[in-house]
Amino acid sequence: MSYITGVGLTSYGKHEGLTSLDLMSMAAELAIADAGLARADIDGILCGYSTVSPHIMLATVFAEHFGIRPAYAHAVQVGGATGLAMTMLAHHLAEAGVVKHVLVVGGENRLTGQSRDASIQALAQVGHPDYEVPLGPTIPAYYGLVASRYMHEYGVTQEDLAEFAVLMRAHAATHPGAQFREPITVTDVMASKPVALPLKLLDCCPVSDGGAAFVVSRDRTGGTGVRVRGCAQAHTHQHVTAAPRLSELGAEIAISKAKAASGVAISDVRYAAVYDSFTITLVMLLEDLGLASRGEAAARVRCGYFGRDGEVPLNTHGGLLSYGHCGVGGAMAHLVETHLQMTERAGKRQVRDASIALLHGDGGVLSSHVSMFLERVR
Amino acid sequence: MSNARADWTTGHEAILYQSCGTCANVQYFRRGFCAACGGSDLVEKRASGEGRVYATSLVCRAATPETRAHVPYNILLVDTSEGFRMMAHGDNNLAIGEKVTARFTQFAGGLVPYFERAKNFERAKRD
Repeated sequence: MSYITGVGLTSYGKHEGLTSLDLMSMAAELAIADAGLARADIDGILCGYSTVSPHIMLATVFAEHFGIRPAYAHAVQVGGATGLAMTMLAHHLAEAGVVKHVLVVGGENRLTGQSRDASIQALAQVGHPDYEVPLGPTIPAYYGLVASRYMHEYGVTQEDLAEFAVLMRAHAATHPGAQFREPITVTDVMASKPVALPLKLLDCCPVSDGGAAFVVSRDRTGGTGVRVRGCAQAHTHQHVTAAPRLSELGAEIAISKAKAASGVAISDVRYAAVYDSFTITLVMLLEDLGLASRGEAAARVRCGYFGRDGEVPLNTHGGLLSYGHCGVGGAMAHLVETHLQMTERAGKRQVRDASIALLHGDGGVLSSHVSMFLERVR
Repeated sequence: MSNARADWTTGHEAILYQSCGTCANVQYFRRGFCAACGGSDLVEKRASGEGRVYATSLVCRAATPETRAHVPYNILLVDTSEGFRMMAHGDNNLAIGEKVTARFTQFAGGLVPYFERAKNFERAKRD
């Protein structure tokens, strides 16, 4: 058994002058305090990576900088799925008795630490160096390819995709830490600049500076406990050229294993935190996870299903699309928001009942997947 | 597999793939073994350049000065008639499912495969 005992999150956007270590430290400090712990209580550290400041031993670089001498520490790299993959590992480490309190941390000055072109170029390198990268694809192009096929097979339209950008923006409008809070409409999304069609600028998450952290513990430290009920991964490929058919992607495999591991059904889920690097990512994952039937996710947005007051509120902080995306920390913000909702500390964003949450992360081009169920215990 | 491959990735006008003599799997990303069965009985073959469009994305925002000179360019995933999938460039107006044929073109300082609508397919549509 393990619990998420504390969370910390910076605002996302521009943090001029701050380094990746600064942003990681800020979030770590908040998370440890939130758990009611001191630095000395942390005996494990898991961290992600920074594309701005790459290092072969980032966990110990951070531990030294932050002032911790952990019994267990290393970095984890699974692209966008890193945050949940670290949480899954922390859960197993805590359950196995290897550590008592694992600090999971990610942060990067991805926006101000390098040019936007450098970011786009660094990320495009997830493509195959011989068979894909020479063709000049970008991350939006990899997802644009998947989007074109998904739209073709399931009759999803660009307007359908746009609904998710609008929803995430509406949610971000109520969070002071979000990078983009100006309301947008489907018309705005449709009229935004083409990036890699069918994806346009507002279908894509921004590049941000920010940091996020949480503490995963063997025992509860506060009043309301947020317990990791069960989780699972699936990895089907790295490169989009080698991806299986749409019906065999890893999200369906991971969620099926996570349901078996936790005994939770999709109908039990009261809150969802789903990776949303692009609008198409969110549509596909929601439908793969079973939170909407095939081709129906947009219809559910239109009837308020995923809104704050809907049946399954989704990414109430605004997601990667509007809260922002600083790399590893990006999707960790989803878990931070989930924790705030489950412990009823989300203020004016508070949903009615976040007793059971489903989180899902995706790395690469729908390559690596982590599904996780969290449960509130009083 | 130490010999240099003579395909578009090394500047030669050819699309190569590997066929497994043990399990008949075909693979596009070149390796010293079959990724399906682990066998080493691989035969390198030259693809016909024919296929069907599986997916498309028109890149309008590129990240480097070399690629920016080419926007917009259409990136495709093509299911070849030999049974493997590959990434390539192609005509901007191609639709998913269309039959295509490969030629080669220069892009950002290198040679890349470029698919256009198959000629016989166009004729078949007109007739």
